[in-house]
Amino acid sequence: MTVGLAIPCFIDAFFPEVGIASLELLERLGVDVAYPQGQTCCGQPMANNGCQGAAQGAEAHFVDLFAGFEAVVMPSGSCVHHLRSHFDAIPQTERVRHLRENTYELVEYLHDVLRVDDFPWAEFPHKIGLHNSCGTLRSLRHASMSELGETPFSKPLDLLSKVAGIEFVTPARPDECCGFGGTFSVAEDAVSGRMGLDKVRDHAAAGAEYIVSADTSCLMHQQGCARRAGVPLRFIHIAQILNGARA
Amino acid sequence: MSATTGHKPVDHAAAAAAFVADTPHLAFHDKRLWELRQKRDGQMHGIPEWQELRDLASAIKEHTLSRLPEYLEQFEAQAQANGVRVHWARDADEHNATVLRILREHNAKTLAKSKSMLTEECEMAPFLERHGITITETDLGERIQQLDGQPPSHIVVPAVHKLRADVARVFARTIGGDPDNSDPNALAEHARMTTRPLMLDADAGMTGANFLVAETGAVVVCTNEGNADLSANLPRVHIVSAGVEKLIPRQADLGVFIRLLSRSALGSPITQYTSHFRGPRDGAEMHIILVDNGRSKRLGQEDFWTSLKCIRCGACMNTCPVYRRSGGLSYGAVYSGPIGAIINPAYDPARYAALPFASTLNGSCTNVCPVRINIHDQLYKWRRLIAEGGFLPRKKVFGLRVMGVVLASPTLYRLATASARMAVRVLPRALLYSRLNAWGRDREVPVAPKESFAAWAARHRPAKK
Repeated sequence: MTVGLAIPCFIDAFFPEVGIASLELLERLGVDVAYPQGQTCCGQPMANNGCQGAAQGAEAHFVDLFAGFEAVVMPSGSCVHHLRSHFDAIPQTERVRHLRENTYELVEYLHDVLRVDDFPWAEFPHKIGLHNSCGTLRSLRHASMSELGETPFSKPLDLLSKVAGIEFVTPARPDECCGFGGTFSVAEDAVSGRMGLDKVRDHAAAGAEYIVSADTSCLMHQQGCARRAGVPLRFIHIAQILNGARA
Repeated sequence: MSATTGHKPVDHAAAAAAFVADTPHLAFHDKRLWELRQKRDGQMHGIPEWQELRDLASAIKEHTLSRLPEYLEQFEAQAQANGVRVHWARDADEHNATVLRILREHNAKTLAKSKSMLTEECEMAPFLERHGITITETDLGERIQQLDGQPPSHIVVPAVHKLRADVARVFARTIGGDPDNSDPNALAEHARMTTRPLMLDADAGMTGANFLVAETGAVVVCTNEGNADLSANLPRVHIVSAGVEKLIPRQADLGVFIRLLSRSALGSPITQYTSHFRGPRDGAEMHIILVDNGRSKRLGQEDFWTSLKCIRCGACMNTCPVYRRSGGLSYGAVYSGPIGAIINPAYDPARYAALPFASTLNGSCTNVCPVRINIHDQLYKWRRLIAEGGFLPRKKVFGLRVMGVVLASPTLYRLATASARMAVRVLPRALLYSRLNAWGRDREVPVAPKESFAAWAARHRPAKK
């Protein structure tokens, strides 16, 4: 089986290292990965603003590229949340439904499908704070949600705990949204920026050297906030650590 | 979609930006409401059946709402049998006119009033004041807001956006006192000493209702200050203003909601007072005004009717990271926060078009809601209706259409993203961080990489055929 690798627009354009790590990691784990050229976006920015019409083109193009795969993996919780929960600007044909049902976020794919229990090549001798994006937390269910008082679990921490040398710190408000929110980040830039600042300060106060996430969009925002405010934190996608990045 | 009222659209982002700029207020507001969220979590952990309680509360409300006419008539009959006069109000105007009529029948000039969001919704206070009635808000937070000429910023803690120094200044300006003495005990005592006589002398009293029990005709009011009891019991006339969605079928159902309400709202097991009003005391009158004001219309909206389950606990506001950092007044509406953002557009989608967008869709509101309203899903659905109704700013629609075209075409997409990387690389800082760059007002843009992932992949993983 060949797995299609979908790389979201902002990773493609500004964080290629996240795409590279995702691809190499899947290959290391023996997955036959194909990266179809000509990718753009899943349609989420338009759809989240209520503009279904404007989302149609991107959604249709995404289907054209990926409907032929048995499974699709994306290193982005928010995009997979869009695929799974929304993605209805276009008619819900058999191939669209197939694609929506068989698209996985990378952590899910590693944890639930491949059930990887070892990353012998990975070592990350740093203190990290995990940031679960709201899409991964409350839609994809990567981890237990503090509002519900569930028995604690965390798929990303399960995976990261198999990395040598890694240390975890916990911020005071682990489930609080970082304020990215797609176009919210520019439409409500003051609130968004403040949320981002509070988020990075919370992690810094807990002693984190790195904030790690399955969502580069949140990291891009938090990194921007930290650099502006001079908060000395570094940011890395979970795929990079699991693929053996040392720093 | 309802007709618009011609009001200027609310600019939540601008109002929120002003709130964010005031760091001491912002920091206190965020911290105080987060404390409430944490206390709420603590209460939840103490009740193993918390999630079942939420299921039950949701089911009882959905059941009641689906048989609202029967339960309303049962309630009316029971209340009348208890000696209560029941009035029906189709909208805010009918509600306000009814209140005024009752007051005039008793030649009442002063009204002691406990907390009621519905009377805010009906804009009753300015109406009655125009007709010569003096209203005294008896809830401390509401009283502060009344004296300051502001609406409540939160449905449970109406003055939470104020620091105690603000309260001292409001009091000094309106009811006297030392503007520099912000000791909370002194302020509370001052409010008590100045408000209590107004309650004692009021010609009529008014309360809202947290619950209406159909089988008994009882009105249940939950407060922490006991002010509802004073408002209701001191004057000879007690007027209850209640939305039709406040009904529950049986007395036995009440326990489910009482267990959830204060725990969700303030993280306390129960409010200090849970008062049951079944009928007038000897020589007095009790009136209940059952108000629709858009509720039955919302009941018919498939995607939004469950918002009528709301028991006004404010948990969604306390947990909302956007609300905590923008303050309730920034919503420019009676109901603020996540619940406000799904209720207000039903009244006027043009005026409140910005509110469903004042959210990151993070979903925490849905998780804390004691009656399981899918608030963040409704926010998402409102966005569509607002876009389809043509209520989005034209500039935004244009931008999203262009974005849609670019993102549907690999060629345009490559051009656009390459230009963006180029811009980040070559533009002088002053230009890159111009006023046009909303992203750059609060944060740095990412460093531009040498090449895109697609370009890397084309070299390292050429397509297999």
